[in-house]
Amino acid sequence: MKRRLLTGNAAAAWGARLADVDYIPAFPITPQTEIIETIAGWTDSGEMDASMVTMESEHSMITAAGTAAATGVRVFTATSSQGLLYAMEMLYTVAGWRAPFVLVNVSRALAAPVTLEPDHNDVLAARDSGFLQLHCSTCQEVLDGVLLAYRIAEDSRVRLPMIVNLDGFYLSFTREPVEVPTAKEAKAFLPPFDSKGMSFRASSPISQAVAVLGGGPYSYFRYETHLAALNALTVFDEAAEDFSKIFGRSYGSVESYRTEDAKYLFVMMGSFATKAREAVDRLRDEGWPIGLLRPRLVRPFPAEAIARLASGKEAVAVIDQNLSLGKGGVLFTEVSSVLYGQPGAPVMLSFIGGLGGRDISPEEFFEIAGVAKHAAKEGKAPPPRLLYTEDELKEVRKLQMIANVERGELEDEDE
Amino acid sequence: MKTSETRFKGMRDLPSAHLLGTGTAMCAGCGGLEVLHEIYDILGKKTVFVNAAGCMTLLSIYPFTPFRGSWIYTAMASAPAGAQGVRDALDTLKRKERMKPADDLKVVCLTGDGSAYGMGLSSTSAAIDRGLDFLYICYDNEGYGNTGQQFSAATPHGARTSTSMGPRGFPGSKKDLFSIWAANSPAYAATVAGAEPLDLARKIEKADTAKGPRLILALSPCPVGWGYDPKDSVEIGKLAVKTGIWPLKEYIDGKVVHTKIPKKRLPVEEYLKRQGRFAHLFEPVRKDDILKEIQAGVDAYWEGVEG
Repeated sequence: MKRRLLTGNAAAAWGARLADVDYIPAFPITPQTEIIETIAGWTDSGEMDASMVTMESEHSMITAAGTAAATGVRVFTATSSQGLLYAMEMLYTVAGWRAPFVLVNVSRALAAPVTLEPDHNDVLAARDSGFLQLHCSTCQEVLDGVLLAYRIAEDSRVRLPMIVNLDGFYLSFTREPVEVPTAKEAKAFLPPFDSKGMSFRASSPISQAVAVLGGGPYSYFRYETHLAALNALTVFDEAAEDFSKIFGRSYGSVESYRTEDAKYLFVMMGSFATKAREAVDRLRDEGWPIGLLRPRLVRPFPAEAIARLASGKEAVAVIDQNLSLGKGGVLFTEVSSVLYGQPGAPVMLSFIGGLGGRDISPEEFFEIAGVAKHAAKEGKAPPPRLLYTEDELKEVRKLQMIANVERGELEDEDE
Repeated sequence: MKTSETRFKGMRDLPSAHLLGTGTAMCAGCGGLEVLHEIYDILGKKTVFVNAAGCMTLLSIYPFTPFRGSWIYTAMASAPAGAQGVRDALDTLKRKERMKPADDLKVVCLTGDGSAYGMGLSSTSAAIDRGLDFLYICYDNEGYGNTGQQFSAATPHGARTSTSMGPRGFPGSKKDLFSIWAANSPAYAATVAGAEPLDLARKIEKADTAKGPRLILALSPCPVGWGYDPKDSVEIGKLAVKTGIWPLKEYIDGKVVHTKIPKKRLPVEEYLKRQGRFAHLFEPVRKDDILKEIQAGVDAYWEGVEG
């Protein structure tokens, strides 16, 4: 094992390299591009014994990833944001093929308006696709997550593709010290690829991905795939245990930070959860009984772990870095569905923050804690709230004024 | 190719037994299925067909398949990308000696014109850019046949489709997919018709031995979409060739060569009047202007060929 200073993107590339992948169909998109550039460098130099091909779109990229996995090789690919959406048809399709491979998504908010900085609407759009989802909050977790993802995806109880998610900019371009396992150590955790009979060979012809007629077989295969996704909960725990034995780093399906004696919890995903973690420490210093839950696995959803960790708390504040337009925070809905009707279910609070990379300040976490405490006392949650300051609103008003002036000038010119 | 270089010297050399299973969900008289039979008999079962959404998607319905070789259905837009993944994976497995060379497969895309001329053209173009070693078969029935024959980019001028029901039929013209391929130096490209099996067999033979992107563009008369009796599919195909509407040609070694030039072309009317999709050109009143337009288009094409 060697410590290196790596960006999140480089950590993802190292994950692919250590997983000894055979094939990388790729397509550039900000902020993911550094991953495929790094891998291209290694395949060119021979440091990676893999073949890489640049496709003309993410839709084609996921198609090629799926058919290559269906032919019997270990596949890695990566994208972001609009790319993930462009590939959406094929995400559902290749998951239905039960083609196991790993896709790193570097989260970036979705158009419109088009922007570059992160939130989780891109990856959550793939929530129901059949791809499993692992969400990372550090560069170390990205590298480790790729290795874990192959173990889970390729397990005979699962056989599904898996997304490893990291936040654009905040993680993709941030350098952190990362323990990089040796190839030998990685191999001890992740054995060479076994297609488990999924292949195309002249001597064993097969028709894959065929049509079905009617709801009977369709329901059967869809539900079977759902059950396979649920199996990934057990498989994750087993893989994480092996991982911890070999590398000494432990991962639960849910990161639970200072929750044991807590009355209040923050719930967040991804790298912004490290901000919540920092806020927990500061609040604890002030005597607040507060902790943090961070689901690493989002699909399958670690319902049992969340129920166990959150039941009996007085209030749970879910901070969603995403927005289901016309409904609200996606994680809030998911966590609420797990806790509803449970004995000792806490009061649930919903906050939307960090959209398009908008920062969340320590003061905002303190405010959320205060609102949660009040809600627990009242036994009633306030309406969902957007984290947004007066100063930000003033800034936008200023931009709107400028836009109006500019338009006015254009209209004057026309007259 | 000289006659001496082909194993298909005459009709009697064509395969007599069909490799593709029977009892599929294709319509009676399907010109696409006719062509697929003829092609598959020559390519053989050491193939993997990568299919895009279209009529032929219904060939393999769980738990049945008519293919003695392999098959995978992808989506409407990305069959060539699917072919890329299979080809690259097979090459990787061979290179890393994780597969016996004898287990290798020919990678074949099978799509209709809706995908080949339209939604799949981007991924096709990119596969050509990358020099992908694959055979692309387009069964061209000149419309979105599987959904009830709406017009596509392959629909000929004047044809009535379920989305061009007006008195003048489809106002656009058929896109020249063959030339798009030929302009990008493929390893091979050819037009074929199921009704001309010997010409087809010789072309498949050539396509099969070339390496790189290869196109087989097959006219696929469609009784349901074109409006004629299923028993007439072969006749309609022959007329398409005899009237010069469907030129049989190939792109080989940087040149386009016509493989069967009709000695005396029949008037296009002979082809058009046999099909319901062109009936509005003859009744209730004869639309001479459109008929002349179509004839003039065909004449101009062949003037270019015959010089």
